[in-house]
Order: sequence, then structure tokens, then C-alpha cells
Amino acid sequence: MTGTTDSADTANRRTGLMVLAWAWVGVPFAYGVYQLLLKLAQLFSG
Amino acid sequence: MPPAALSVHLAIGQAYAWSVFKPPLESSLGLSGTQSALPFQLGIVMLGLSAAFGGTLVERNGPRWAMFVSMACFSSGFLLSALGVATGQYWLVVLGYGFVGGIGLGIGYISPVSTLIKWFPDRPGMATGIAIMGFGGGALIASPWSAQMLDSFGTGTGGIATTFVVHGVVYAVFMTMGVLLVRVPADGWAPKGWRPGEAATRRLVTTADVSARNAVRTPQFYLLWLVLCLNVTAGIGILEKAAPMIVDFFSGTATPVAAGAAAGFVALLSLANMAGRFGWSSTSDLIGRKNMYRVYLGVGALLYLAIALAGDNSKPLFIICALGILSFYGGGFATVPAYLKDLFGTYEVGAIHGRLLTAWSIAGVLGPLIINAIADGQEAAGRSGPALYTTSLYIMIGLLVVGFVANELIRPVHDKYHEQPRQEHVTGKGQAV
Repeated sequence: MTGTTDSADTANRRTGLMVLAWAWVGVPFAYGVYQLLLKLAQLFSG
Repeated sequence: MPPAALSVHLAIGQAYAWSVFKPPLESSLGLSGTQSALPFQLGIVMLGLSAAFGGTLVERNGPRWAMFVSMACFSSGFLLSALGVATGQYWLVVLGYGFVGGIGLGIGYISPVSTLIKWFPDRPGMATGIAIMGFGGGALIASPWSAQMLDSFGTGTGGIATTFVVHGVVYAVFMTMGVLLVRVPADGWAPKGWRPGEAATRRLVTTADVSARNAVRTPQFYLLWLVLCLNVTAGIGILEKAAPMIVDFFSGTATPVAAGAAAGFVALLSLANMAGRFGWSSTSDLIGRKNMYRVYLGVGALLYLAIALAGDNSKPLFIICALGILSFYGGGFATVPAYLKDLFGTYEVGAIHGRLLTAWSIAGVLGPLIINAIADGQEAAGRSGPALYTTSLYIMIGLLVVGFVANELIRPVHDKYHEQPRQEHVTGKGQAV
């Protein structure tokens, strides 16, 4: 019973760490892509 | 592991956004354009040199050590540069960003490659594609971020120095995540259900290992060096001159391209470059590395031919062909570590990759030199429009054809270069025994 709880906790911690790690790199990357798309709009408007 | 690799590559990819600092440095320190480009140029030279000579150290000491060294060098490069700007000593900026930071670029670039391939032996192209896409993405983040910071702190020496300090500190924190997260798989680790023998059914894929010392003695290394050099030369020529090129090409038509639209075109090329790094490199896992390079070099040559033949008749055709060429340029960078893994195994693939990157340094000079020199010559001869670039386009086609032939000549590495087989046993259940 304790073993099951421990492994569930470990799995939850791992999922949390994965989400944090991807957000760490994903948020700045999304900012960069957003800025790029703003420039890209000039190709069709300019 | 992919976020750890991305945290390093997204940071060091800042190098391509150096141009943001050029105008304020020139006005505040009284520098010429050539002088203000020095830190970037030295940085790229140091990238090639440290990747080539530091590769073996990276293999020996592991990715955590390499990422830490990269973080320390890259961040302290910014801090030294800040000191240089604040005290009016420009040589410190060149030494800091170019020399010290450049070592961080080279060690950081190769730091996750071999580890990613070991974690994803079933999809090495996709794994390295993610990381190397990050290097392209680094400038996308840094360019607007640095510009906003200069707007806030000012473009005088004080403002630039503060901006450099913030860059140094933020990149140190950002890259530390990679240092803490990176893990090397246990010897013999394999993804569930994957067996090395099955992956080696393609002719060029080996399960043997070749050391970096032996790899540089094989013809395969030099053929692949040539392939990478020529593919990068062809792409970088367009990338470096994209904005003036599209303006010049359609200057004589009823619908010329405005400066704003040219900036949008450059942005679109960056997107194609990044997408190619991930998309084509992942595709190479399905169709094989040699076939992928046949596409980069063969279809790339046809796209250049289409631009040369169509001239200023079709803007959409020009844009589509340029996008294809740039996606192949990015794909060529991202696929090469997996090609090396196929030929030389995973043993010292990071070190071999480091040595191969000298091709990038040569291509970085060669591509812009060809396009600029010929365009200047044609302009001096009174030509305009597509005629400025037609000769360069045909030269690029020739280079890609030579690269195509070099790729065709690549054969499996001779057994005499292989290391003695390592004793290990793989369960096929994702566990090492």
C-alpha cells in the first residue's frame, strides 16, 4: 500500500518537473515566435 | 533531457542577435561597423575551434560538466563585456563576448548532442533536431528582448553595460536549469521494444563504434564535412542577403518590395530555417540520412535553378523556393549529428560532431563572400534586378551538385576503424543490466 503511494508520488513529482522544465524553455520560445509573427505580418501588409 | 538541451541552445543562440548591439556600441564608443562586428566574428571562430578541440573533453567529462563550462563562459563573457563598455575599454568586449563567450558557444553547442542520441537511439534525428532548432530560436528571443532592454536602460555606455549585466545574470540562471536536469542514460539503456540490431538494417547504420581520433582518418568524415560545408554555403548566402535580395530582385516590376515587407520575408525565412531543423531532421529517422541529404542537395539545387530561371516573373515562386532552401539549410545542420551516429556509432559522436563543425566556419565566410562579391561586381557593371544575383545562383547550384556527389560517395566505415565491442547486455525493456 505504502509502495503504491510512494510510486504515485514519484510519478506526480516527475510529471510536475516535466511541466516546469518544458514551461521554462517553452515560454521564452513562444515569446520569440510571437515577436517573429508580428514582423511576418509586414510581409503581407507592406 | 530535451528541455535541458534547449535551455543551453536557446541561450547560446543569442549570438545571432549580436547585430542589435552594433549601432549603440558604434555611437557610444565611436566604433566603425567592422570594429563592432569583431566580438561576433571572434565568437563564431571560437565556436568552431572550441567545438573541434573541446569535443573529446566533453565526451570524457560528460554533458553536465560541458553545460556548466558553457554557462560559466557565456555568462562571464557578458559580464566582462559590461566592464569593458562601462570603462570604455572595447578590447574587453572583444575578449569577453568573442573569446570567453565564444568558448561557451562551442562547448554548449555540442554539449547535449551525444547524450540526446544515447537517450533516443530510435529517433536520433528528431532528438538532435529539437536541440539544434533551439539554437535558431535563441536569436528570436534575444533580438526583441535585447532591443527592449536597450530602450529601457538607454543606448549610452551605462545602458549597454547594464543590458550586458542583465544578459549575463539571466542566461546564467536560465542555463543552470539544463546543468541540473541533464542525465546520461545507463550503459546499454534502450527504449522499450527497441533493438539496436533492427535499426542497423539500413546499409549505412552501424552498431559499431569509431573514436574521434579514428573518425578523422576516414574518407567518410571528409565527404560529410564537404556535404555540410556546401549545404551551409548555399543556405547562408541567401540568409545573409535576404532583405536586399528580394528588394533588388523585384525592383523593376510593377509591384516592388518595400523595406517593411523585406523584413517580413527575413522573418519568414527564420521560421523556415527553424522548422527545417526539426521537421527534416525528424523525417530523416524515417527515410534515412543519405536520402535526406539527397533531398537537401538535389532539390535545393532545383529550387535555386527555379529562382534563376523565373527571375522577377513570380514573387510567390521566389518566396516558396527561398523557404525551401532555408528549410534545407536548417535541416542540414540538425541532421548531421544523426548521420555521424549512423556512420561512427555513439561512442564519441559529440567529439566527431565538434570537429565537423569547422565546415560551418568555412561556409560562414564562403557563402556571404560569393553572394556579396558577385552582387557588388554586377552593380559596378551597371546591372540591376535579378541580374545582380544570377551568377551567384548558378555557382550555388554547382556547389550543391558537388555536395550531392560527395553524399553519393559516402559508404559504411571500414571495420579496421571500429573500436573493440563493449561488453553489455540490453533487455529491451528500457533497463540496463
